[in-house]
Amino acid sequence: MPDVKHIRNDFPILRDHPDVVYFDNAATAQRPSCVTEEIRKFYDETNANPLRGLYDWSMEATARYEEARAVCASFIGAARPEELIFTRNTTEALNLVAYAFGAEHISAGDEIVLSVTEHHSNILPWQMLAEKNGAALVWLEPDEEGFITAEEYRAKITEKTKLVAIGHVSNVLGVTHPVKDIAAYAHEKGAVVVVDGAQAVPHMAVDVKELDADFYAFSGHKLMGPMGIGALYGKYALLEQMQPFLRGGEMIEYVTREEATWAELPHKFEAGTVNAADACGMARAVAYLQDIGWDFLRKQEDLLVAKMMAEMEKLPYIRIFGSKDPAKHNGIVTFTIEGVHPHDISSVLNEDRVCIRAGHHCAQPLMQFLKVGSTARASVYFYNTEEEVDIFLRHLKNIRGVMGFRED
Amino acid sequence: MDLKNLYREIVNEHNLNPAHKHALEGATHELRGVNPSCGDDIVLYLKIEDGVVKDAAFTGEGCAISQASCDMMCDQLIGLTEAEALSREELFHGMIRGEVTDEAALEELDEAASLQDVAHMPARVKCALLGWRTMKELLGQKA
Repeated sequence: MPDVKHIRNDFPILRDHPDVVYFDNAATAQRPSCVTEEIRKFYDETNANPLRGLYDWSMEATARYEEARAVCASFIGAARPEELIFTRNTTEALNLVAYAFGAEHISAGDEIVLSVTEHHSNILPWQMLAEKNGAALVWLEPDEEGFITAEEYRAKITEKTKLVAIGHVSNVLGVTHPVKDIAAYAHEKGAVVVVDGAQAVPHMAVDVKELDADFYAFSGHKLMGPMGIGALYGKYALLEQMQPFLRGGEMIEYVTREEATWAELPHKFEAGTVNAADACGMARAVAYLQDIGWDFLRKQEDLLVAKMMAEMEKLPYIRIFGSKDPAKHNGIVTFTIEGVHPHDISSVLNEDRVCIRAGHHCAQPLMQFLKVGSTARASVYFYNTEEEVDIFLRHLKNIRGVMGFRED
Repeated sequence: MDLKNLYREIVNEHNLNPAHKHALEGATHELRGVNPSCGDDIVLYLKIEDGVVKDAAFTGEGCAISQASCDMMCDQLIGLTEAEALSREELFHGMIRGEVTDEAALEELDEAASLQDVAHMPARVKCALLGWRTMKELLGQKA
C-alpha cells in the first residue's frame, strides 16, 4: 500500500509548498515529475513530426505517440487503440461528436436527452445541435441528492430519443450517474450514448465496453497529465461512418484539386500536427495512476471526504450538496456558508493558503436546479492528507468570524 | 491591508448593514448590473432631478466586496451632479486598476478610497467595480 507522505514527494509543487493546501483537484490535478519528465524526454530525445518522416526520429516519435494511444485506450477498456482519438480536452471531444456525428444523425423532431447536472461542455454542443437540426432537448432531473433514478430516465428516454448525453460523475455533486443502466435502456430505444468522463476517469476504473458507452470523453489534466490533451473514445463502427471534424494535414489518404479521401482511424479525426509530447505525458500519468492503484485512491479519498463532511455537518450554517454518504462524492465536497458569498469564502481561504473553487463551476443549469447562485467546492485527490483536511476545517470555521458574524 | 483586515475594518459593516440596500421609491432610473462569472447581480436605482443625484440605492446579491462597494458608492453619489458622478467613477476605476495612487487625488473618493487594496487582488477587481460600472452605464444610457 503506498504511503501519502512518500507519494507527495513525487509532486514537486506539493513537495516544495508544504504550506499550501490544494483542494481544487476537480478543476485540475497536480502533476508528478514523471509526467513532466516524459514530456521533456519526447522533445529532448526524439522530437520530430510524428506520422510523416521516414527517418529514425520521426519514426520513434510516431512509435511513442501510438504507444501513448494504446496505453490510454486500454486504460478505459477500449477494444482497440484506433477507437481512441486524441483531442485537446473533454470539451473538444464532445464537440467532435456533436459536429461529426450529431450533424448527420440528428434530425428535426428528434430528441436529445441530457442531465441537469451536466458541465457546460456537455450542454452547449447539444444546444447548438438541437438548434441547428431542429431537435428538442429533454432534461433528466436528479433527485435532491443528485441521483438520476431509473424512473426518471425511463420516463425521458423514448423512441424519439436519438442521443443521450450524460456525465459519468458530476463535477459539482460528485455523484456517479448510473451510466451503464442508462446506456442499456437508451440502446433499447435506439439512441446513441455520449458520456462525459472527465470527472470519473481520475477516480475509478472505467471500462467503456462494460458501460457500453458509444462515445466517452475525458481530459488528461484531471488525471495528472498535461493540460491541452484529452481523448475521445468511440465505438469503431460509429467512428468509421463519421465524417471528419477538422480538415487539413495528416488526416487524408488522397487529395486532388477537387476532393479528398480520408485517412483511416484514428487519424481521420486528428487533423494537423498532433500533440504527441502531451499524449506521452498523459499516458505516463495513466501509468502512474495505475501504480497508485484504485484501492488506495478510493480509500484515501473516502477517508478525507468522510472526515471533512463529518466536521462540516456540525456547523449549522454550512450546507453540503449531494449525497449524505461520503463514499458517493468522488472526492468532491460542494457547500455554502450562510451569509457568506462563495467568492468571499475562497478569497479568505486563499489568505490562509488553502485553494478551493468558488462559482458556478460551469454548471449553471445545476445551480438553478439547486436554487443557488454559486457554491464553494473543496475537492481532494489521493495525495491529500488528513492534516490538510484539519487545516482546511480550522480555517473554514473562522470564515464567518472574518466576515463579521458572531456565533452564539 | 490584507484581505481579512479589509473585510473586518471596512467591508463587513457595509455588507452586513448596508445603508442603501433597498428599492428606491421615486427612482427616475434603474439598471441591472451583473458579473456573470461570480453571480454578483444588482439593480441600481437613482433619483435624478435637474441633473443632480437626489438619492441612490441598490438591491440584489453578491460577494461582500461587490455589496459593500456599491453601498459606499451610493453614499457618495447623493448630492453629486451627473458629471461629477461620472468623474468619480473614473477616479475609482483608476484606483482599483492601480493606475491612480496619489493619495491627495483619492481623498475625493471618501470612504470608497479604503478599497484601494483591492487593486492588489486581481480576482476581486470586478467585484469592487460592479456598482460603479452599472452607474456609469446607467448615466451613459440616459445621455
